[in-house]
Amino acid sequence: MSQPLLQIRDLVIEFPTRRALLRAVDQISFDIEAGEVLGVVGESGAGKSLTGAAIIGLLEPPGRIAGGEIIFAGQRIDNLDHDQMRKLRGKRIAMIFQDPLTSLNPLYRVGEQLVETIQTHLPLNNTEARERAIALLDEVGIPAPVTRIDGYPHQFSGGMRQRVVIALALAAEPDLIIADEPTTALDVSVQAQIISLLKNLCKNRGTAVMLITHDMGVIAETADRVAVLYAGQVAEIGKTQDLIKSPKHPYTSGLMSSIPSMESDEDRLIQIPGSMPRLNAIPQGCSFHPRCSKAFGPCTEKRAPLVDVGESRAACWLYAAENGNG
Amino acid sequence: MLAFMIRRIFQSIIVMIVVALISFLLFRFVGDPVNQMVGIETTPEQREALRVQLGLNDPVLTQFWRFIWGAAQFDFGISYQFKQSVAEMIGKRAPATLELSLMSAIFAMLVGIPMGVYTGLKRDSWLSKFFLTFSLVGISLPTFLIGILLIYVFAVQFQVLPSFGRGEVVQVGFWSTGLLTASGLKALILPSITLGLFQMTLIMRLVRSEMLEVMRTDYIKFARARGLSRKAVNFGHALKNTLVPVITITGLQLGSVIAFAIITETVFSWPGMGLLFLQSVQNVDIPIMAAYLMLIGFLFVVINLIVDLLYVAVDPRIRVTGLAQ
Amino acid sequence: MSDQTAPQIDIVEKGMLARALDSDIFFSFRQSKIVMAAAVVTLIYFSMALFAPWIAPHNPFDLASLDLMDGLTPPAWEEDGVPQFLLGTDDQGRDLLSTIMYGSRISLAVGFASVAFAAILGITLGLISGYFGGFIDTVIMRIADIQLTFPSILIALLIDGTVSGLFPESRREDSAFWVLVLAIGLSFWVQYARTVRSSVLVEKEREYVQAAKLIGLKPLIIMFRHVLPNVLGPVLVIITINLALAVITEATLSFLGVGIPVTQPSLGTMIRIGQDFLFSGEWWITIFPGAALAILVLAVNLLGDWLRDALNPKLR
Repeated sequence: MSQPLLQIRDLVIEFPTRRALLRAVDQISFDIEAGEVLGVVGESGAGKSLTGAAIIGLLEPPGRIAGGEIIFAGQRIDNLDHDQMRKLRGKRIAMIFQDPLTSLNPLYRVGEQLVETIQTHLPLNNTEARERAIALLDEVGIPAPVTRIDGYPHQFSGGMRQRVVIALALAAEPDLIIADEPTTALDVSVQAQIISLLKNLCKNRGTAVMLITHDMGVIAETADRVAVLYAGQVAEIGKTQDLIKSPKHPYTSGLMSSIPSMESDEDRLIQIPGSMPRLNAIPQGCSFHPRCSKAFGPCTEKRAPLVDVGESRAACWLYAAENGNG
Repeated sequence: MLAFMIRRIFQSIIVMIVVALISFLLFRFVGDPVNQMVGIETTPEQREALRVQLGLNDPVLTQFWRFIWGAAQFDFGISYQFKQSVAEMIGKRAPATLELSLMSAIFAMLVGIPMGVYTGLKRDSWLSKFFLTFSLVGISLPTFLIGILLIYVFAVQFQVLPSFGRGEVVQVGFWSTGLLTASGLKALILPSITLGLFQMTLIMRLVRSEMLEVMRTDYIKFARARGLSRKAVNFGHALKNTLVPVITITGLQLGSVIAFAIITETVFSWPGMGLLFLQSVQNVDIPIMAAYLMLIGFLFVVINLIVDLLYVAVDPRIRVTGLAQ
Repeated sequence: MSDQTAPQIDIVEKGMLARALDSDIFFSFRQSKIVMAAAVVTLIYFSMALFAPWIAPHNPFDLASLDLMDGLTPPAWEEDGVPQFLLGTDDQGRDLLSTIMYGSRISLAVGFASVAFAAILGITLGLISGYFGGFIDTVIMRIADIQLTFPSILIALLIDGTVSGLFPESRREDSAFWVLVLAIGLSFWVQYARTVRSSVLVEKEREYVQAAKLIGLKPLIIMFRHVLPNVLGPVLVIITINLALAVITEATLSFLGVGIPVTQPSLGTMIRIGQDFLFSGEWWITIFPGAALAILVLAVNLLGDWLRDALNPKLR
């Protein structure tokens, strides 16, 4: 098989604070194949968004990549200088942020922002760029794009603005879109529309998507594969179906049983007791063990390696012990 | 837009009426105007006659109306101390103050905005730190002290610039200008810097903090994520958004500059309105105080109005809110 | 009873002190040498002002001790200087060092008094405005808006001029101090009122206020207790920055000749006196008080700046 589009190898992201060096992302590894939708789930603070920001090179200082590699289309990109990285951004890797209301510059017309982005990456003149902008708006489902292109962001509703944001992300036909909670800030009624729009557009173009969310429902509908993050580490990664049907890691099981389901006849949703540890108080051993009902001997001592379990891979001593050390 | 403008103009008129009321109350009730105008040997009958003549026995509302009506026609009565028409005295001195204020505002913006942009973008460079320290010193030094220091260095030690007065002025119609002669321009340098320095540091710090604020916003992050060049992000997106509040504050500062001219004019014996006002405060010359207050109030209101309209021109969000209402 | 409570209080205080020493604010304080220097300088000024009558080498207000023959003596290290007058004398023969000490005392007294006045007035009006809302809120906030369009120095100047106009000529010198406090205080209240008002508006909707109403407690008092801690940070920042501003305003008014009279000079008055001597070469009469004023204001401003940044987590 050919090389994956994006490879993350042992990525470490650290925040120096005055008391301690906080490890927000601790040796995360995963791949994204071309054209694939990878869901990344986890509670807030699990390191999902930071990983996304690190890939596109927009980590906010004082956060920094302290280890590992990010390889995009065979090229290492975590150590590129500002200009080289900039040429990649928007052109080959695009990003969509959580809040469409604040993602667009309020002082520029939607068209101006589109044309500016298009002309940054593609050698088009003003008329061509504008035509392309209109086509993009049409494609993301903005009605009457010929007139709406001259509107200001505040004249669009939240859902429409997120469509504009998607159009902006797609402007230069990137290979990968990092969508960081793209629907969290939207009304529930438009969330599904935006997700299916994003999914279809990317499918048609063969664009890979890294879909960061805490909404397992969205993942179940959209993602080909899922990576579950817990306290800055990958707890489990595998095909969406496998993870939903037979979760391996106790944390994943907990996540799955907390999704309300139509078919299930259980009356109550099961909660995972406790909450994710703060970065400055990550327990020794497996970081999930204080909340885990199946914790035993090794869990309190050493971090579990990520090992193959059936079709998936999980970082849990239940399996690591069986397979020796992976 | 029209509704917005009408509402703003209406508000401005209310502010003007309040200012007029304060001026009138000053004019009418602080010290007895008659006592100020006559000598000790004046008889009570003569005083009463003067009261009637001045209309001081009329109902207060009538007097207030007369005051406003007079002010609208630029008639503020006679100075107690100088026995001259207040309007004429102020009219003669206005050009000096306005030229000085304008020059210092230009100086403040031309230097302050670039410094603010620089310190906002390169917040950790040593030059930024120097600018910031410098600005704190600029804010900490009272205006008059800056003036005195400049005089000491450039007028006393090096003797290159004049320390008082406007230099040679040219009469252009009713306007006496110092902008057309070498000595007039030279005389403007020190006072303009003195007056403008505080505004300059203010503008710089404002631009800086706005710049830092804007750089943290999502749309700047998104603009970066779209791969726009650093120049496009910094100047196209960040600076434009920064300028909205900066225009407001800078515009509003123009009024302050004119008011602060009182201090600079005192230091440099600049024959402007501020110096006149100060003398009137020292001598409790109420008609001049009232007139100056009205004039400054009017200037502030007009500047506020212009700034608001400019604001509308720059920020499309307001344009629509205005339309909607 | 008292035996039991005393150690408890001790523990609480120790806890608070320990917490304060461990806080982010104290950390950022220790981080910056400039801020620490500013704190030291401010403390020196405060003690100098407080103890001026005991530590100043001369009493500049005691007219009997002045000798015009000592007038215009240059600083001790200059050619005609005498060690008796370290920083020289002014035209009246007043020792500059002593006058600066006494002057700082007056400047700081005016500063503190007017800031306290402004804070009390502003907090009260803000509380009333936010709590009662409606008409009274509109009136207070409109006045605040209008006042805010004018620079505070102009308002102070105007109030100063008006109020001293109300006093007969002979009383003006004695009343100058309080007139200044009134004028500066009245020109600074708006910021406090706005800060407190917006905090009240938030707190008013909280459950505990509603609950207090239900059980018949005076919500105004309870809210006051909750609002004050909330606004303490911002108010402290405003107070610090206002103190510097008040000192500048006092100095400016005195320099303009409408503030503290010549007989008991503040720093501003001294600079005013000295300006006339700048051209005849007696620079020290202006420059020393000027430097004293600038350093004081700079130190307080630095503290205010640091405090604002330290209390605003967004900027870190």
